[in-house]
Amino acid sequence: MGAGHRHALYVHEHSPVHRIAPEAKVLALFLFVVAVAITPREAIWAFAIYAVIEIVVMRVSRVPVQFVVSRLVAVLPFVIFALFLPLVGQGKDADFLGIAISTEGVWAMWNILAKAVLGGVASILLAATTETPDILKGFSRLKVPGVITAIASFMIRYLEVIAGELARMRIAMTARGYDPRWLWQSRPIAASAGTLFIRSYERGERIYEAMLSRGYTGDMPMLGGDTATRRQWTVAMTIPAIALVVALTALVTV
Amino acid sequence: MHAPDGFLSTGTAIATGAISAATISVAIRQAKTRMPEKVVPLAGITAAFVFAVQMFNFPVAAGTTGHLLGGALAAILLGPHVGALVVTVVVVVQALVFADGGLTALGYNILNMAIVPAYGGFAMFSWLRRFLPRNSGGLIAATGLAAGASVVMAAAAFSIEWLFGATAPIPFDTVFAAMVGVHSLIGIGEGVISALAVGAVLTVRPDLVFGARDLSRAQLDDNKVPLRAFIFAGLAVTVIFATVVSQFAVDNPDGLERVAQDTGFVSSGQDHSLSSSVFADYATTGVANETLSLAIAGLTGIVITLAVAYGLFRAIRPLEKVAK
Repeated sequence: MGAGHRHALYVHEHSPVHRIAPEAKVLALFLFVVAVAITPREAIWAFAIYAVIEIVVMRVSRVPVQFVVSRLVAVLPFVIFALFLPLVGQGKDADFLGIAISTEGVWAMWNILAKAVLGGVASILLAATTETPDILKGFSRLKVPGVITAIASFMIRYLEVIAGELARMRIAMTARGYDPRWLWQSRPIAASAGTLFIRSYERGERIYEAMLSRGYTGDMPMLGGDTATRRQWTVAMTIPAIALVVALTALVTV
Repeated sequence: MHAPDGFLSTGTAIATGAISAATISVAIRQAKTRMPEKVVPLAGITAAFVFAVQMFNFPVAAGTTGHLLGGALAAILLGPHVGALVVTVVVVVQALVFADGGLTALGYNILNMAIVPAYGGFAMFSWLRRFLPRNSGGLIAATGLAAGASVVMAAAAFSIEWLFGATAPIPFDTVFAAMVGVHSLIGIGEGVISALAVGAVLTVRPDLVFGARDLSRAQLDDNKVPLRAFIFAGLAVTVIFATVVSQFAVDNPDGLERVAQDTGFVSSGQDHSLSSSVFADYATTGVANETLSLAIAGLTGIVITLAVAYGLFRAIRPLEKVAK
């Protein structure tokens, strides 16, 4: 559309992390997050190691800290929920500044905060160093069902188009003085949701016909691009390997 | 409801992951039979639509806004299989590209946000249509009630997963009452917007509404719904949820009162000493009812599972008829 070329999720850089083939990065991310999720919450040292790993990857990939922090807002509701746990948790057995708190609740808060932030940062780093179509390419090379990746790649391709259409409807409504404050004033919003569905569906049909006329038979062609070399696999897998060793050590010792 | 990594226990993540994967593989197979090679472009672009729909802010009251979840809306417009598949893709992309929801939390996030609202909402929709007149008005009323109910079902599903995989010392019935309570309010907005949106599509392209494929042109032009039918259907939905929720009121006479204090406490963030004494009291009653709440949770789980299964069954049956 007219809004120029911009990346909201991707940080354009030429770092070693950017260069690793997507399938290696996706698998590394997944295994790393699994390691974080299975680590018992009492092993604080393990979470410190995970944090160090993420900071190293962030430095090497030259993704700005502010970028990562600003994108962490997605986990914010759960962070707020977690912060209340020491106060609302069962079994008040400790005292903090004169307020009765539950030790179990403090552990639960720490558990959710640490895992949500570590998981969030890891996903943000993948999206920041890999362009979205490449992430999906990585997925299909990892043998994720083709239908899912094909639908997802279509979705991402047309997301900006559909969102742009929605934004224009919004501007048109606002320009005509529509400023709803109550639920019963929301009919125009619902009507534009209906209109957006019809426009999307009809666009989908047009795209389908355009694809048919170019020889589409129901299978999406695999696009090229470099697959991961043995060296890249080794480099990428080092990170989850360290994390998994840490997680298993933590599981055994705690 | 995009839960982050480690929000529920590892076992719960694996179990819900298996359930989600199995259901989605059924959805893929069914979607492919319904629109063999069209499925990729159409599901892809409607996934973009669902993503955009979740950016729709609608006013709730006095300038506060909520946003659509869209699971039931997608199921009624596209059919439960394609609907569930499309919302699943949205949830996966949100986790992977937008860091919204954890990768290891995908099992329960897909179950709560895609599978339960799509199949459960569609089951509720098919069931409600028996009581409502066979015309576009009846269809719109059924959509509104089913979409509202689907949000409550998702909240209940989350609470049940919490029972099995809690990572914090908050008892199941508190989570259940708070989740279902809050989401009953959210459900009203979801229902109103979904119903009006389906109504808007029905007036222009009724052929695009999967849930309306059994209606003739004349039935579509008729939008009269007797008030009595609408009230009856609304009551039916309320009774279903009330029976489940009231179970807690029976063993905990002041259960609702406590939820009010609980939510009031969360929003004000004051009165710590008062609230902590209330919860300290709660801790003792909560333990005594552990077996009972387990039984009730199991019952709710069965009801939701049946609803999802019925939705699947309803969706597959017409296909077989056509095949014959």
